[in-house]
Amino acid sequence: MKTYALIVDVEKCENCNNCFLSCKDEHCGNDWPGYAAPQPPHGHRWMNIKRRERGTFPMIDAAYRPTPCMHCDDPPCLAAAEHDAVVKRDDGIVLILPERARGQRGLAASCPYGAIWWNEELQLPQKCTFCAHLLDGGWQQPRCVQSCPTGALSLFTGDSEQLQNIVVDEGLQVLPVGSGAHPRPRVYYKNLYRYDRCFIGGTVARMREGVEECADGVSVVLRQGRDLLAEAVTDEFGDFRFDNLVRDSGDYLVEIVVGDTIAAARPFSLGVSGSLGTIMLE
Amino acid sequence: MAAYFMDRVLTRSEGVSDLLFRLILVSLYQLMRFKLAYNPLFRSSVGDKELTAQIKIRGDRLGRTYVFKQGRLTSTGGVAPAADVSLIFSDTRTAVRLMLDQSNKLRQLNALKNFRVDLEGDDRDAMWFSRTLSMLRYFHTEPSYGIPAQGGTTRYVSNTNGGPVFVYVKEGRIVRITPIIFDEKDGRSWTIRARGKEFTPPRRGSVNPYVLGLKSLIYSKDRLLYPMKRVDFDPHGERNCANRGISGYQRISWDEALDIVASEIKRVKQQHGPGAIMNSSGSHHTWGNLGYWLSAKTRFMNSIGSSHVVHNPDSWEGWYWGAMHHWGNSMRNGGSDTYGTVEDCLKEAELIVFWSSDPESTSGVYGAFEGTVRRQWAKELGIKMVHIDPYFNHTAALMGGKWLAPRPDTGNAMALAIAWVWITEDLYDKEYVTERTVGFETWRDYILGKHDGIPKTPEWQEPETTVPAREVRALARMWGRLKTYLSPGGLVGFGGACRCATGTEWARSMVCLMAMQGLGKPGRNLGCLQQGAPVDTNFYFPGYAEGGLSGDLDYTGLRVSVYQRMPQLPSMNSVSQMIPRLRIPEAILDQACEGYPTDPKSIEGQFRKIVYPAPGHAPVRMYYKYGGSHFGTMADSNRYARAYRSDNLEFVVNQSIWFEGEAAFADIILPACTNFERWDIGETANSGGYSHHQFIQWNHRVITMQHKCIEPLGESKSDYQIFLELVERLGLGAPFSEGQTELQWVRRLFDASDLPQVISWPEFLKKGYYVVPAPAEANRAPVSWRWFAEGRKKDVPELAPLPSDYSQWREGLQTQSGKLEFESSSLKRFAPDDPERPVIPTWIPSWEGHHHKALYEKYPLNLISPHPRYSFHTMFDGKDGSINDVKDHRVLINGRYYWIVRINSQDAAARGIGSNDLVTMFNDRGAVICAAQLTERIPPGTVHSCEGSSVYEPTGEPGSSPDRGGCINVLTPSRNIIKKSHSSASNTCLVEVKLYREEAQK
Repeated sequence: MKTYALIVDVEKCENCNNCFLSCKDEHCGNDWPGYAAPQPPHGHRWMNIKRRERGTFPMIDAAYRPTPCMHCDDPPCLAAAEHDAVVKRDDGIVLILPERARGQRGLAASCPYGAIWWNEELQLPQKCTFCAHLLDGGWQQPRCVQSCPTGALSLFTGDSEQLQNIVVDEGLQVLPVGSGAHPRPRVYYKNLYRYDRCFIGGTVARMREGVEECADGVSVVLRQGRDLLAEAVTDEFGDFRFDNLVRDSGDYLVEIVVGDTIAAARPFSLGVSGSLGTIMLE
Repeated sequence: MAAYFMDRVLTRSEGVSDLLFRLILVSLYQLMRFKLAYNPLFRSSVGDKELTAQIKIRGDRLGRTYVFKQGRLTSTGGVAPAADVSLIFSDTRTAVRLMLDQSNKLRQLNALKNFRVDLEGDDRDAMWFSRTLSMLRYFHTEPSYGIPAQGGTTRYVSNTNGGPVFVYVKEGRIVRITPIIFDEKDGRSWTIRARGKEFTPPRRGSVNPYVLGLKSLIYSKDRLLYPMKRVDFDPHGERNCANRGISGYQRISWDEALDIVASEIKRVKQQHGPGAIMNSSGSHHTWGNLGYWLSAKTRFMNSIGSSHVVHNPDSWEGWYWGAMHHWGNSMRNGGSDTYGTVEDCLKEAELIVFWSSDPESTSGVYGAFEGTVRRQWAKELGIKMVHIDPYFNHTAALMGGKWLAPRPDTGNAMALAIAWVWITEDLYDKEYVTERTVGFETWRDYILGKHDGIPKTPEWQEPETTVPAREVRALARMWGRLKTYLSPGGLVGFGGACRCATGTEWARSMVCLMAMQGLGKPGRNLGCLQQGAPVDTNFYFPGYAEGGLSGDLDYTGLRVSVYQRMPQLPSMNSVSQMIPRLRIPEAILDQACEGYPTDPKSIEGQFRKIVYPAPGHAPVRMYYKYGGSHFGTMADSNRYARAYRSDNLEFVVNQSIWFEGEAAFADIILPACTNFERWDIGETANSGGYSHHQFIQWNHRVITMQHKCIEPLGESKSDYQIFLELVERLGLGAPFSEGQTELQWVRRLFDASDLPQVISWPEFLKKGYYVVPAPAEANRAPVSWRWFAEGRKKDVPELAPLPSDYSQWREGLQTQSGKLEFESSSLKRFAPDDPERPVIPTWIPSWEGHHHKALYEKYPLNLISPHPRYSFHTMFDGKDGSINDVKDHRVLINGRYYWIVRINSQDAAARGIGSNDLVTMFNDRGAVICAAQLTERIPPGTVHSCEGSSVYEPTGEPGSSPDRGGCINVLTPSRNIIKKSHSSASNTCLVEVKLYREEAQK
């Protein structure tokens, strides 16, 4: 059976907003009966780009997580809907039928991802339709995927088995929700750690003939307790970085290794992303 | 062949031509009657026009009269004494030749210029008759265009600053605007093989985000739909100039509006003399070779005679006034060509240094996201990247690599320190320096401190830039050891670092650094894969700066190709008075100013001083403002608001699409439509002029028919139509329009290009675009600078410098020595002792920076105001469009969308500022109220807020109260970077930021 899913590569998203704006272009002022009533000109974010900076100046990075309706296989909104206002199609797409959903404000609250928006004027809960009206009419991609310039958004078309293979092969993740619920979303993320995990970095420098220099090519190891978690080598600027760490995950130790000896060690307790600063070698 | 025999026959006997002439006049009558009966378009065009026209031979020897009355036509042989319109030929041979072969435009123009043909009568009637005759030949039915698409829509094509688009229209309304996805028939793509991999671009065009907001802007509630008059403006009585920007407007008819503008044009010319009319436009306009400001507007302004506003080289500043003196490239405003660099970079380079370079935000210019995939390939190949920018920009965030954040306006100190490391550690190309450059020793000695006792070491630069010395040393070593591409600016020759007090010296140093590293050798060149795709540079289609239908040979590129390919009446401006754009306020308020010109013909073009008023010319009394607002883009912009309110300015007309920015300072507002509501033709990113071959930013050359997708909204009209209706009131209809409609001009431009060799007009008109196939590998443009590095003749496809500017044609550079000059010979000739621009690039601290202790204490934050990411200058911003909802463009607070200032969290904390708090950013020049965005992407001591707000909303007196629209240039200095220039230092700006409290303002 042909089903759809959306794959989002967080590492490739640069916050250009083409997805957000093409969604508005398609849905603001346009009525798609059976799929969606017009989106109001302002306020809704059917494609919501969540932003996160990690670290502090000067060692930082930035990540963006486009967040549409997850088109869950077990949609909480479906369970919350009255009058069959929410339908789960065989191809995986979840629609809120405007004809049946009028006044059902509770649908917005039912979504654990905050992906359902309330249209005050029309008294309608509204959300991403996967551009089903276009796909049903022969379009190859929803508007957001079509306008994405970096490949951060891609469309999956195939059966469940093929999808599961890709999920495993590429290490895709879904967004977790609290409270132990498992709505089984159909939006999958690659490199999600860039958004929801932490890094710890630092800079190694040394004095050479009275001049401070970046120490490049130096081995750095990250330990937690007795475990060696990761190894890195400083770059031309003496910088190193360990990524994909869990926020508030306890005590760690960074060791700078020169030859066979530990030239410096820095214990730290990981809260959020950051830098250990400049470590001067003797 | 037929024309040849016709000429033979006509030459032989006047009797034959007389007979043919009579026959043609009768046939015209029959043809018009036939069309009136059977062609609805012709019938509606004739309408209820009541008019007597005649076609005759001078001296009334032969002729025929046509009487239009109540939609009917009658005709009599012979000449009527009281005709409203007369089309007069010198003789029957000329008449027959012209009327039988209307496709020969050159012959028609020559006949006009030699008075072999003339048109008499009221201009509007004459132009109507001329159009009626031309309809007998062209487009006798509605042209068929567009492709039927899903859901009952028709798919049209248009073009924008941010990429070509499909436009889906249903029942006269735009449903959606999307990028263009190529089909299998569209021209083939290129493939680059590098390091064992093959790279081919995706088969589509990309678009900038603002393009996807266009529909919301076309239907914006801020569209100007009717002509308007300021309520307290009376052209025959009180003008109340001081109320500009304050008073409201009332709707008036087009006739009233155009009559006022036309009579004011006549009045100021008669009352004050030449030069009293000034026109200015934004740097950019809606896309298209006909509608662009260098086309229809220029022909109009030349037709009425107007003071020429000289644009400063606003994106190039430091390159134009500085770098040009070391490598020439005047035709590129001091920037560089970048041919073949995508292939060379991917094959050879090991490092890309992005210096003040954020193509992911600025798209080079018009480049959309075409370069993004190429940079992703570079990342895949393991090419290292370093980003030098006070802001952790979007290119750095996407591509990764080391980020160095110098204090704004100090980058040149870092550049000199890099040179110091190379010199002292022997990390430069000595052979290249010896053979391809001159003056190195002088600069080397300066770097080493032999002139001033100060070696320009990494430690020396640290207090200036705040970048640790060890990091600059590491960068210098990396750069000196690896094959490196330098990308100064998102486009080579741009960059915010060239638009500050030290910008001239910085750009000069960029040239000198590359001169030390063998510029042009494999893997050592300029750019960041934003330019230099291997598309076909031999296929000709004009760019907008080539002047379209302007007829202007002085200030457009028309004379190079378009004038020959599309013969047209020249439109020379008789007014030689020039006004530097950055001095418009002084030209009005003080009636005196000066500056230096942007004249890229030669290096010396920039040395001729402009003095205003020009000898014997009147100061400006009437301002014809057209297009985008200056408030969001020009320095110290409150000056412009104050100038508007001066009695020195007797009349202001503003021709705009939206009610925004400066429009509220006009006496009469003329509503123009967007390019989606009129005909045009254009190629994406092809600007021509000083951005020659700019389309090499694109992975495919996409040339578009710009369909008239919908009818103009409300009563708005195309710019061309507005100008036409004005010139008809001034008797200039024929020389302005040549009797042509916009679609006819589009067809002429199509014919003038190489398109007819590859696609028919009906097919192009229907499908709406043509993708130029990638050339065979042998026809790819050679790599820029390679010829120079290898000591060969110049082989890249550009017609610059001019032949006279070489010592030996195509050998060497435009500089006097023909080499890269560390010590500039042009500056030695012009002003060798200028302390602001010495003959070698040196460290000259900013004139508004941390060295100015009292000022710095008062205003301790360096403001940078780069080009915006989600709008194109003022285009696409505001106007209640969907762009307003982009989280990083504006922020909705208390019902108003505020402009964003980005501030380091430490600076914010010290001032009690939280995220999304409203703040006042201010200095002695003014104040702007913004929404604060707390960030680590900017170091403490620096704040970031883009230029380009289209909204100017003074909280009190216009010109002297805080603006809450977001015009950041209210804060920036109007001082020239150096005195001998006309330049903008927008990134030299000290400010303070404090919490905004509305109550406190009252």
